[in-house]
Amino acid sequence: MAALDVEVEQAATTPARRGRLVFWLAVAWIAIVASAAIAADWLPLTSPSEMDLLARRAGPGADHWLGTDALGRDILSRLVFGARISLTIGLIAPMLGLVIGAGMGMLAGYFRGWLETLVVGSIDVLLAFPPLVLALAITTYLGQSVLNITITLGILSIPALTRVARAATMTFAERDFVTAARALGAGHGRILMRELLPNIALPLIAFFLLAVAVIIVVEGALSFLGLGVPPPTPSWGGMIAEGRDSLDTAPSIAFLPAGTMFLTVLAFNMVGDRLRALTDPRPGAL
Amino acid sequence: MLGFAGRRLPYLVPVLIAVTLLTFLIAALLPGDLAVALLADQATPEKVAALRHEMGLDAPLVLQYLHWVGGVVEGDFGRSFRTGEPALSAIIQRLPVTVELMLFAELIALVIGVPLGILCAVRSGGAFDRLMTSTAFGMLSVPAFMSAIVLIFVFAVRLKLLPATGYVPLDEDIVGNLRSFVLPAATLGLGEWPVLMRVLRSDMIATLQEDYIAMARAKGLKPWRILLVHALKPSSLTLVTVTGINIGRLIGGAVLVETIFALPGIGRLLIGAIYTRDFVILQGVVLFVATAFVLINFVVDMLYGVLDPRIRHGRA
Amino acid sequence: MTGPPLLAVERLAVDLPTPRGRLCAVDQVDLGLEAGRTLGIVGESGSGKTMLSRAILQLAPRRARVSGRVMFDGRNLTGLDAEALRRLRGRSIAVVFQDPMTSLNPVLTIGRQIVETLREHLEIARASALRRAVELLTEVGIPAPEQRLRQYPHQLSGGMRQRVAIAIALSCEPRLLIADEPTTALDVTVQAQILDLLARERERRNMAMILITHDLGVVAGHTDEVAVMYAGRIVERAPTTHLFKAMRMPYTEALLAAIPKLDAPPHTPLPAISGRPPDPTRPLPGCSFAPRCRYRAERCEEQKPGLTPIDATGHEYACWHPIGPSRA
Repeated sequence: MAALDVEVEQAATTPARRGRLVFWLAVAWIAIVASAAIAADWLPLTSPSEMDLLARRAGPGADHWLGTDALGRDILSRLVFGARISLTIGLIAPMLGLVIGAGMGMLAGYFRGWLETLVVGSIDVLLAFPPLVLALAITTYLGQSVLNITITLGILSIPALTRVARAATMTFAERDFVTAARALGAGHGRILMRELLPNIALPLIAFFLLAVAVIIVVEGALSFLGLGVPPPTPSWGGMIAEGRDSLDTAPSIAFLPAGTMFLTVLAFNMVGDRLRALTDPRPGAL
Repeated sequence: MLGFAGRRLPYLVPVLIAVTLLTFLIAALLPGDLAVALLADQATPEKVAALRHEMGLDAPLVLQYLHWVGGVVEGDFGRSFRTGEPALSAIIQRLPVTVELMLFAELIALVIGVPLGILCAVRSGGAFDRLMTSTAFGMLSVPAFMSAIVLIFVFAVRLKLLPATGYVPLDEDIVGNLRSFVLPAATLGLGEWPVLMRVLRSDMIATLQEDYIAMARAKGLKPWRILLVHALKPSSLTLVTVTGINIGRLIGGAVLVETIFALPGIGRLLIGAIYTRDFVILQGVVLFVATAFVLINFVVDMLYGVLDPRIRHGRA
Repeated sequence: MTGPPLLAVERLAVDLPTPRGRLCAVDQVDLGLEAGRTLGIVGESGSGKTMLSRAILQLAPRRARVSGRVMFDGRNLTGLDAEALRRLRGRSIAVVFQDPMTSLNPVLTIGRQIVETLREHLEIARASALRRAVELLTEVGIPAPEQRLRQYPHQLSGGMRQRVAIAIALSCEPRLLIADEPTTALDVTVQAQILDLLARERERRNMAMILITHDLGVVAGHTDEVAVMYAGRIVERAPTTHLFKAMRMPYTEALLAAIPKLDAPPHTPLPAISGRPPDPTRPLPGCSFAPRCRYRAERCEEQKPGLTPIDATGHEYACWHPIGPSRA
């Protein structure tokens, strides 16, 4: 009955074109930030910890392109070095989650049975802890360092990636090409690596990028609280926290790192979302 | 109804046990000697050993766990190293502030998200829908501490309308109390409404295409009645689930927000415990929060049955 | 003839924009129905019969372009504003949909779904509405009506659900009832009961009824007049008895042949009509049924036949080579 009600909501071509432009802008931004972070040491930047006490809270100028913070440190250079931290942790932690999570998820989705119950149960327990709380707890005991934070946030990203891997594996494990491979005598390992993995790679990458966005935010939150990467290493979250005291006199000290982080997180969200839409088209969903 | 609850109960216990186990293990297995950290520069091998014995740290791990869980079940979460105050009572004392914050935040998220979700679903594909959907997407990239800074800047620094920090207890001054919660709750609410709106919108778009909506129109019912009674109720199932799951995110956000706005809630207690290396409080708060989260999710599952009578009666 | 028709549909057409082009769902349909009479509209899936019923109620999808006129009780529905239409629906014109499992709201009680209609259109208090709801449920043959009020649709059987839908439709004493495939989703044994119920109620209330179906057998005993639809057009129209006695359209003949017969030997293959209805986005220049018609000739593929009346009984058909006595 409802089938006869031909409701056709078709997006016109213009929004699609706009969407593509925005997508590539996001990719470009990520590329810019990443390149700046990698090349930080060779860029003509003042040292991020050098304090120019004569030019505190200065606006943009010839000496300091984006101005200085409350201690006279160059904001632009701190942004670039902060990008290093955010991107390093932001990319490596989810990779850890990807390797472990995808591994567990694939095994769970492929073998099913008690293995699946074990994996899903563990994930559920892990998810019972609000992420930030868990991150804070673990880093408190482990100690604050880039490595420890990366490991902690990596652990945090395992559940989501496990779920995606498991769901994707289950969809593909029933397909004919897997049965065919098995009939040709392929062992489990071969099936997992050669047949299933390439197929679930796309949704995994999509969620990986979304995880990057989340990790950058969580790292930012930890740094904001002073419980992330220890000083004097600059980080975006720390810069925002420091800028809070100068909101009345020089709001840009807080807003510049905030804006940078926002754009970076947004960019990863956009790219990840676009990839996810390619693998999981649902009408009416974002 | 009770039968439905009874069926779900057995899943609860193993999860709760696992939660206590994990909380304990985080503390026990991670490097860093508690006694050494506590004694700091006064640590000598003898003092460390003595303190370890006193705190029961030299007992086998299993015994330590059982001892701790036994205490927890009786309500003894241990005592703070700093203040000597029982951990559980410290948590309970600060609980109302956090609860008020979370409720206020969820309210703001619902007030923004639900009407937008409905409006976007009704005119899906239109200009308003596209604008709101993009805005929601953008908001998801704005973390709580960022919204907090912006809100503080606009409302406290520039407009000077609301306090940037400071908490007024409810029994002292209701208006002052509410004012002190507006910015913190708005911070959290701004982070939550996009998820609510997105979920409700997608659910309602599907619901609005159902036959019974066409039937309601054919019956000549008023449009608002069709939307709110016929369409909203079936769509609200996912909304309730998302709200429930959001509680977890809200708790994490509460930690941040309470610290930023200096609200004496559980989040601030946690952060304070971290700064002062008060591990007992830390462990107690983590356990409390995780348990509460599991229980809340259980309640959300119950609400499923209320909202969709088909589930209550055993059919999907 | 008892005065001007209650419902007069004039050159009604419904076009829908789709990615593949404009879809012509209803193509210049004329209909007339007097008070107290039953019209059957027969057609297969995709013939446009459901879209026609929606268009009459002015409930076509937002994207659709509707042209033509629908006169009901002297008023032009196509020109009415939304509020006036809303008051008309459920009150003067009521609908019964095909599948009561999907047309009744699953999360609202039966009672609520009846009462809300009553209270919307008649200014009565909740208590009276509940009493009336119980009366209605009894009239449609539902046992233990008071209990049913508190139950949900999924707790009732298919036949009972449809009775509830009929009760809702009859609740405000409509002058016209449109029943869109009311029995298709039901068991065969229940189908007859529902059709009888509809006929009984129609008789009692002197309602006009439009019975939409794909099954010629359904219209046989329950309608005064039949219109056969194919590919969005009416291709044959006649008083029911005349249609069955002297049908002219090859399509109608094929529809009749497709009904399984009780006295045929077991395992008799059903003469199904081969082929499928034409793609509505690519209308054919000639007769739409031509590709599937076993009598087709060259003229059929080139020219579209219009509806021609044969005699004073109101029998019309649209065919170049009609079957039956007047075949050349």
